[in-house]
Amino acid sequence: MEKRLKVIEKDDVVIRFSGDSGDGMQLTGTLFSTTSALFGHDISTFPDYPSEIRAPQGTVGGVSGFQVHIGHKQVNTPGDYADVLVAMNPAAVRANARYLAKGSTIIYDSDSFTEKQILRAGYKSDPFIEDKLDGMHLIAAPITTLVKEALKNSELDPKSILRTKNMFALGMVYWLFDSKLKYTEDFIEDKFGKKPLMAEANSKVLRAGYYYAETIQAIAPSYRVSPANIEKGIYRNINGNQATAWGLLAAAEKAGLKLFIGSYPITPATGILEEMALRKDLGAKSLQAEDEIAGICSAIGASFAGSLAVTSTSGPGFALKSEALNLAVMTELPLVVINVQRGGPSTGLPTKTEQADLWQALYGRNGESPVVVMAAGTPSDCFYYAFKAAKIAVEYMTPVVLLTDSYLANGSEPWRIPSMSDMPSIKVPWAEKTDTAYLPYDRDPVKHSRKWAVPGMEGLEHRVGGLEKTVRGSVSYTPENHEYMVKIRDAKVEAVAADVPDLKVIGSKTGDLLVIGWGSSHGHVVTAVTELQEEGYNVSAVNFNYIRPLPNNTAQVFEGFKKLVVCELNLGQFANYLRIKHQKYTYHQYNKVQGLPFTVREIKDYCIIMLEEK
Amino acid sequence: MAETTTHENHYVAKDFKSDQEVRWCPGCGDHGILTSLQKTLAELDIPKEKYVFVSGIGCSSRLPYYMNTYGFHGIHGRAAPIATGIKIANPDLMVWMMTGDGDALAIGGNHFIHAIRRNIDIKIILFNNEIYGLTKGQYSPTSKKGLVTKTSPYGTIEEPFKIGELTIGASGRFFARTVDYNLQLSNEVYKEAALFNGTAMVEVIQNCVIFNDGAHDLITNKETRDDNTIVLRHGEPMIFGKNRDKGLILENLKLKVIKIGENGITEKDVLVHDAHEPNPGIHYRLAGMHLPEYPAALGVIRSIKDHTYDEAMRDQHVKVQEASKIKSVDELLRSGATWKK
Repeated sequence: MEKRLKVIEKDDVVIRFSGDSGDGMQLTGTLFSTTSALFGHDISTFPDYPSEIRAPQGTVGGVSGFQVHIGHKQVNTPGDYADVLVAMNPAAVRANARYLAKGSTIIYDSDSFTEKQILRAGYKSDPFIEDKLDGMHLIAAPITTLVKEALKNSELDPKSILRTKNMFALGMVYWLFDSKLKYTEDFIEDKFGKKPLMAEANSKVLRAGYYYAETIQAIAPSYRVSPANIEKGIYRNINGNQATAWGLLAAAEKAGLKLFIGSYPITPATGILEEMALRKDLGAKSLQAEDEIAGICSAIGASFAGSLAVTSTSGPGFALKSEALNLAVMTELPLVVINVQRGGPSTGLPTKTEQADLWQALYGRNGESPVVVMAAGTPSDCFYYAFKAAKIAVEYMTPVVLLTDSYLANGSEPWRIPSMSDMPSIKVPWAEKTDTAYLPYDRDPVKHSRKWAVPGMEGLEHRVGGLEKTVRGSVSYTPENHEYMVKIRDAKVEAVAADVPDLKVIGSKTGDLLVIGWGSSHGHVVTAVTELQEEGYNVSAVNFNYIRPLPNNTAQVFEGFKKLVVCELNLGQFANYLRIKHQKYTYHQYNKVQGLPFTVREIKDYCIIMLEEK
Repeated sequence: MAETTTHENHYVAKDFKSDQEVRWCPGCGDHGILTSLQKTLAELDIPKEKYVFVSGIGCSSRLPYYMNTYGFHGIHGRAAPIATGIKIANPDLMVWMMTGDGDALAIGGNHFIHAIRRNIDIKIILFNNEIYGLTKGQYSPTSKKGLVTKTSPYGTIEEPFKIGELTIGASGRFFARTVDYNLQLSNEVYKEAALFNGTAMVEVIQNCVIFNDGAHDLITNKETRDDNTIVLRHGEPMIFGKNRDKGLILENLKLKVIKIGENGITEKDVLVHDAHEPNPGIHYRLAGMHLPEYPAALGVIRSIKDHTYDEAMRDQHVKVQEASKIKSVDELLRSGATWKK
């Protein structure tokens, strides 16, 4: 190990906090992220945790990680490889060994590296030698012993004392980055306000960790990352689920509608319902329904009664909602369905990310069932796409499916807070009482949307339902009427294209290769392509946020490139969809189905192969 | 509960008839239910546009099409959550849910018990014909054990649900029972359900003339009905029978049918119906009475005041809004940790 004081100036650094699922790593990572963001770094975070609340202690399966990427320049992804790993036990080293950058720093609790724990993690001897990590900067800190020592005069019980270990590790990392402790100290005071013993212990241990790192500085490099030069404005940290919920609240306010959410708890979508349940101050009504079906049906009811209605779920729940989603298709009521995708099929990988519900959203229902399908690209993007999903749902009187995923839902980034006055208006197509009878399925000539008459409006009484109807709202099995209605519902969804912005090409509009992503592929695709461009390759990128309908300039963009490659976290669902919609082109695929996001490296490697192939 | 307005609405039953042709089989009990409901609405002083009729799937669930109000014909089993969403979105509406024994208790069983448990202010009219009619004659969750149907050609081997017991078991605050063509009793019961604040659950003994004709014969035909049913009214003694000479007493914690004048029993010994008793014990026993040991109970069996879901939600909103500093989305977006660049 190096025996000198070393400060590394970097454009960006990736830090991963890792430990048992009960070690408090998610909180530690979140506190570090916010501190960095407040300092002015651009950041991107990604939590990676097991679905068990408390998986067997000390095992690789029980490891909970939180990765944060901080940068002086724009940061689009949580980073491929960690420069700093905090490992609370041997299992954390085992789980993360392959995600470490060359020459990275590993801070570990040497007290937990007992023979028993080493064996539990699946090692036979020295973990660092077995995983060939002996060349890294290893900082062995007897965290357990030091925490006990720091709190030897505390009246806390031994178990509570050990639970402050994460604060010690966090203190050490703060020293490593020359960060301020203030935000974390304020947080501790706020969280443990009613438990002064806990507040005092956590603060003390946090500082103990900081000073310990200072004392042993001679053996470790420390990092300096200058603040990012980003657009002026007021910023906050936001994750995808929170941004989704807030985007819907913003849409309701803008449209002058009451917001209703009917949902059933499901990982990783629950955060949306939880956030909405908090927002009674803004009048949001939330129902934790008895099941997924009741969630969407209550939302349909609320929509019929004139609310901006939402249901949120993940893949398995989305499957349960499909019959009711068709009821919203048939009754032509505005409805926003959020599917926070996770690894499937079936229960699959509840806490992991995947983009494999695209076909479910597009096709997974009986009959001809057109819905608008959208996908958010980054955690903060979820705000705008949730807003836009609501705007389209209301203005076109249609269900809209918004796809996010575990990676976006739990990942966070700094977000320049918009002003509500800058958000687009939402025009609600209210029906009005006229001299002629209200026809429930009379349509706007351009949008093909019907008018919204809601209970309580005098003289507009009418009936809707799942049976096929005529323009007048009477049940009809007439062959011609059915075909007409099937076609007009389809045409209505296609008409949404008028409100879909054109694709923006990142890079030149012509070239050797166009890398195509959709939804949450955004960060990795953009970073990989930008780096390749800097390295001199003739490559561009587009990322789709509108799946059905596709942007009007899709073919025009594709036309400019010799090769097209679609990158997505499934076996090629979007690529196959494009093969149907734009049959003229050949689509290469780069797919990954590991429950993990892409890495920038793997996209770059694949692109280079594509570019070099003739 | 939907507010009654100050201006008077002079409706007649006909005002609630829609332009749709009623397509139930001739003689079906559903006609009786529709007629009674239209008559009931005409007698309530509530503007027509405040009614919403919601249904699931089945013969019963066609009713909203025939009612000239706002209506929502839902999907199988899901009327309760649709009705719940409507009521939460606009508590000022009076929401009626039309359902059947298959719709509410088989595919929609989960929603049914949860709506009742929440005590959301909706009126549930459950048409119980103990059969699947629209799919042409399969057994339902209320079919009597042993019933031979197309899917139980050798007789069902399932114990049926008893709707009253299920309702009260799910913390039901209001349970009533009526008979499809007993228009006077139905009118009385529907009106009480309408005016009740909370989930009002009404079981309608309904005859399917095609697939289960006569299933309720003993309690509906003129010859036997007075001896086989007891109409319960709050504050009145539990006396029944063609000759008004039978009554109910409680003996060893069980209900017992007695004959007034025999064994020294007088009218004073007969139980007096208290629909407002919060303890569900006696209501559970009354709702569960069945032939041949007991008469079937009709009328409002249970009706207790309690906080409703919609009121609780409103109260919570008021409380949170008073305490919160966040009054707009702009304020929300700028709450918590933010920084300026």
